[in-house]
Amino acid sequence: MHRSFYKLLAGAAAIALSAPAASSQELTIFWAEWDPANYLQELVNEYEAETGVVVTVETTPWQDFQTKAFTEFNAKGSAYDMIVGDSQWLGSASEAGHYVDLTEFFATHNLTTVMAPATVKYYAEYPGNSGKYWAVPAEGDAVGWSYRKDWFEDPAEMAAFKEKYGYDLAVPQDWAQLIDIAEFFHRPDENRYGIAIYTDNSYDGLVMGVENALFSYGGNLGDYETYQVDGILNSEASIAGLEAYRKLYGFTPPGWSKTFFVENNQAITEGLAAMSMNYFAFFPALVNPATNPNADVTGFFANPKGPNGDQFAALGGQGISIVSYSENQEESFKFLEWFIKEETQKRWAELGGYTAHAATLESEEFRNATPYNEAFYQTMFMVKDFWAVPEYAELLTAANERIYPYIVGGEGTAKEVLDALTADWEETFRKYGRIQ
Amino acid sequence: MADVMTRLDPDTRAAARGLSDLSIRNLFIIPTIAFLIIFNVFPLIYSLATAFTDYRASTSAESNWVGLANFRELLSDPNIWRNFTITAKYVIISVTGQVFVGFGLAMLLNRPIPLKGLITTLLLLPMMMSPAVVGLFWKLLYDPSFGIINYFLGLGKFEWLADPQMALYAVAIVDIWMWSPFVMLLSLAGLSAVPKHLYEAAEIDRAGPFYTFFRITLPLVAPILMIAIIFRTMEAFKTFDHAYILSTQPTTELIAIRLYKMAFLEWQTGMSSAFAYIVLIVVVAITNIYVKYLNKAKAR
Repeated sequence: MHRSFYKLLAGAAAIALSAPAASSQELTIFWAEWDPANYLQELVNEYEAETGVVVTVETTPWQDFQTKAFTEFNAKGSAYDMIVGDSQWLGSASEAGHYVDLTEFFATHNLTTVMAPATVKYYAEYPGNSGKYWAVPAEGDAVGWSYRKDWFEDPAEMAAFKEKYGYDLAVPQDWAQLIDIAEFFHRPDENRYGIAIYTDNSYDGLVMGVENALFSYGGNLGDYETYQVDGILNSEASIAGLEAYRKLYGFTPPGWSKTFFVENNQAITEGLAAMSMNYFAFFPALVNPATNPNADVTGFFANPKGPNGDQFAALGGQGISIVSYSENQEESFKFLEWFIKEETQKRWAELGGYTAHAATLESEEFRNATPYNEAFYQTMFMVKDFWAVPEYAELLTAANERIYPYIVGGEGTAKEVLDALTADWEETFRKYGRIQ
Repeated sequence: MADVMTRLDPDTRAAARGLSDLSIRNLFIIPTIAFLIIFNVFPLIYSLATAFTDYRASTSAESNWVGLANFRELLSDPNIWRNFTITAKYVIISVTGQVFVGFGLAMLLNRPIPLKGLITTLLLLPMMMSPAVVGLFWKLLYDPSFGIINYFLGLGKFEWLADPQMALYAVAIVDIWMWSPFVMLLSLAGLSAVPKHLYEAAEIDRAGPFYTFFRITLPLVAPILMIAIIFRTMEAFKTFDHAYILSTQPTTELIAIRLYKMAFLEWQTGMSSAFAYIVLIVVVAITNIYVKYLNKAKAR
């Protein structure tokens, strides 16, 4: 009896220990600490309910995100099975072998058409136009604008604006109007300012902000296939775009020399500026009366057209990749199969995530779900991104060093800045053997 | 019992106590040495080896031996020289400011004043704060809209941190505010050690305050003041936290900030290791010059 009891106990213990290992696999997704990561955790809880696979979204503050991710990659660590990495990491992470090649997965699931084309191009494909894919577009994001509807719709303001500029005060249709409106509302004596834009040069804030002007004025950062920069980055169109951004800086609140997403939302919540640039991912806080006392009078619009009708916006957001060193790659593929399903993408959008799924984006249901979804939908079909090459950080540093003194300090001319930056970038590309 | 213990040989006595002196010494020394080797010596040697390669920590690619190429590239890069110039300017402003303010405060506190202890403690508070917090705190103080500094100085909407000429001074002011108490503390120790009879003799000889200060106080405090200058110079060269938070301009990009960007944003690991060694050599050279003066001051 005594021996039987121990045998029974040992058997029960063996079953108890082995059962979870066999049925409940665990997956870890690494992302930065922000609301979309919380929404993703909510979404993956539903995956656990369906499959028994426990998925944890592990987060770290944005400032540490890149350092922590690449330290883990370099150590070939298996702590993370998947990562929702920045689009500009595609080059360094894929060339270094940190990401699993998803080209076959893309073909099997026809993802190039299932997801919005621009998101596939910038969140997934590297090198440009190579047909090789490394990530599934996960959190679509781009830069858009919020504005004070009550200021715009005030009859006295409308009349004054019409008298001064000769056309109706409304959501700007192009960058010329954006500048006019910023100038019109710029009244330092009333502690009211025209516009809030990105100026933070610590990482990609300023450059992302400038891209909105540069791209919409018809400029580009270079040819992503040939790495030609001269004549493109310093073209007349790019110069005009940079000049426009500099003009906008003149209508920002005082102390706007190192501002990013936090300050730009504050510009609206504190009633400081008429219009404010920001990633769509930060707009939920602006429609929430608990975080924005002006929530009911805050409107949204997509980045306006340039003088020649070009309309683009700087891409934010991330794709989800499988880490090469993961010991659960097969299970990760299963998760991605679930993640790209239309119903999952709809649910992702309902929870607050910004889907890149074309059909979901185009649905009336999605476009009317929030005051900013329509602008987001329009934007996700006209996004452009920074270089995704492994040396993108060096290119970014040079861009910050050249552009910042011009935008904030008014040093030099736009042409001088872009000519110098062209030389810097060519030197970097030469150093890495991309051009001769 | 004590008598019995003294009659035993040392080893037996140690055994009776549980641990010998040698064991206790080893218990403390071996972990310390192991810690130093693992966390100081090994990284130092490893980073020196890395400085001669094109290693990038963001890739799995094999690193190649490039000899002195990293050093050559860095030393011929005008941007790096610009970073060094900015840092040298910052160190001079910051350390000079700290010496004047810190020594001045020490002179004031070296006389009988009410609530001396409380005042000294309050003055020490800045250096007890986290540099990152100090950076954020001063960012608010400098704010052109609601910052208290512009309000008191009547500067309107002056942008301290956005002005390319003023930004470096603004960062240095924060360092002066934070570390003057350190100089004050050391100076106070030096001042209190000056023999009182020297002042009494000077008074009898009718020496003026100027003469007393330059012939008695300063020479006697100089060695300890020099130690404060050495520490602060080394620290100022490495300034990162508050400068990174406050810095917006290329004109405030100190070498530590550039090094951080090179190593952790651009992932130029080999190059940044070489850069770190160049900085180390510069700091060691400057410190040696100071130490030479310190020895001279002590000899006097």
